[in-house]
Amino acid sequence: MITYLTDYPFVRYALIVGVLIALCSSLLGVILVLKRFSYIGDGLSHVAFGAMAIAAVVGLTDNMLLTLPITIVCAILLLWTGQNAKIKGDAAIAMISVGALAVGYLLMNLFPTSSNISGDVCSTLFGSAKILTLTKSEVVLSIVLSVIVVILFIAFYNRFFAVTFDENFARAVGTKANLLNLLIATVIAVIIVLAMNLVGSLLVSALVIFPALSAMRIFKSFKSVTICSAVISVFCALTGIILSILWGTPTGSTIVITDIAAFVICSVTGKIRN
Amino acid sequence: MEQLICKNLKLGYEDITLTEDLSFSVEKGDYLCIVGENGAGKSTLMKTLLRLQKPLAGTIEYKDGLTASKIGYLPQQTVIQKDFPASVYEVVLSGCQNSLGLHLFYSREAKKRALDNMVRLGISDLAKRCYRDLSGGQQQRVLLARALCATEKMLLLDEPVAGLDPLVTNEMYELIEKLNDEGITVIMISHDIACSVKYAKHVLHIGNDFFFGTIEDYRKSPAGSKYLEGGHHHH
Repeated sequence: MITYLTDYPFVRYALIVGVLIALCSSLLGVILVLKRFSYIGDGLSHVAFGAMAIAAVVGLTDNMLLTLPITIVCAILLLWTGQNAKIKGDAAIAMISVGALAVGYLLMNLFPTSSNISGDVCSTLFGSAKILTLTKSEVVLSIVLSVIVVILFIAFYNRFFAVTFDENFARAVGTKANLLNLLIATVIAVIIVLAMNLVGSLLVSALVIFPALSAMRIFKSFKSVTICSAVISVFCALTGIILSILWGTPTGSTIVITDIAAFVICSVTGKIRN
Repeated sequence: MEQLICKNLKLGYEDITLTEDLSFSVEKGDYLCIVGENGAGKSTLMKTLLRLQKPLAGTIEYKDGLTASKIGYLPQQTVIQKDFPASVYEVVLSGCQNSLGLHLFYSREAKKRALDNMVRLGISDLAKRCYRDLSGGQQQRVLLARALCATEKMLLLDEPVAGLDPLVTNEMYELIEKLNDEGITVIMISHDIACSVKYAKHVLHIGNDFFFGTIEDYRKSPAGSKYLEGGHHHH
């Protein structure tokens, strides 16, 4: 394994970016799960898939430039409609997410960028080896965005907790709940787009939700759940990436399988403790 | 000294008016019970007092250094809280969020205020316990401690005994009375008229009947005698 690290820079990149993305997604995952927004993460990942297809058709070399803003806009829209809309929140998300999938797949077929369409689709959906083929600029962008997300999370930790635990109370005592929700939606969109590189758009939700759920089986305070979730997520991402390189398996699904294993272990531990 | 003056309030939504021409005031140290049938506009009035909703007409004036965000609010529990992993201390401390200002983290004074209020309500031994594992009565105490962290002057309680058994209900009412005796103004919303007005100094009855005045006058009033009787029959 050490020779992989020293000889192949892309393995180093993959590990650095993988760890950072896992860290970000697990932090926000706790809020997402507790706010009952898990399905928004899932919907957004499909939006990101559609946006990526558009970026490929337009011929953007750096597709994040398009994927990121489209996903952020959709995240804000979904959050807004979730609160007061004619179409109920969950139906709106289902509509947008399957719509984006259809548009994405259609575009990829109409304007193929390579001869192997199903390969392209598969790698966007399941992330096959994307993380190992990141360009240097993608690596830099991922690192910068991840660091911003972590800083934002720490800076707004107390407010995020307040607005997640009891939005009515938070509003009543003058906390700007709408702004915070907007911030949460934006950050989630950023994470989804970043995490697509790691595990592909269909598996993004797993990365966001599993570590949080695992941590909640064992720990009983918000702080300990958050920290535990981050530790589990980083550990699973590292293990998953290394295993996928050693065994030649798809990175995304290997990471998710390790997350599932961690969830099972945590559930059993939680049961025994009670 | 008056802390809250409402004049000619008209409450409701765009085309539905729930209450009109509602005027009342709350003095420092008062214990006001807001009662009325379901749909009379109690929750709307409460949201309006907290400035979460604008009145369709009329004015609300906060005096004695009070602002809407410095009212200690005890909301009804939400579904989200049922399986929320948060320690009692974390929940109580979050009551200090109106003193965060532009700061990111809670000050030493805020943390002390949280601890003091936990002692005040007799829940300091629960500090590290998980909120979701507590009994209904304990959870209400935790939320009351959080409300106290947000205020020094006024508590606004939304159905504080909903879902509690009779024994715990009495404990809760006595706790609220104790806080009122310590000088905190209490505004309580309740649909259980008979029980809740037992401790009140003033009553505001909205809906089909209107009444605002002292508890003694309420008992003699047509609205009061009707509902106080009716309240007993329901139980």
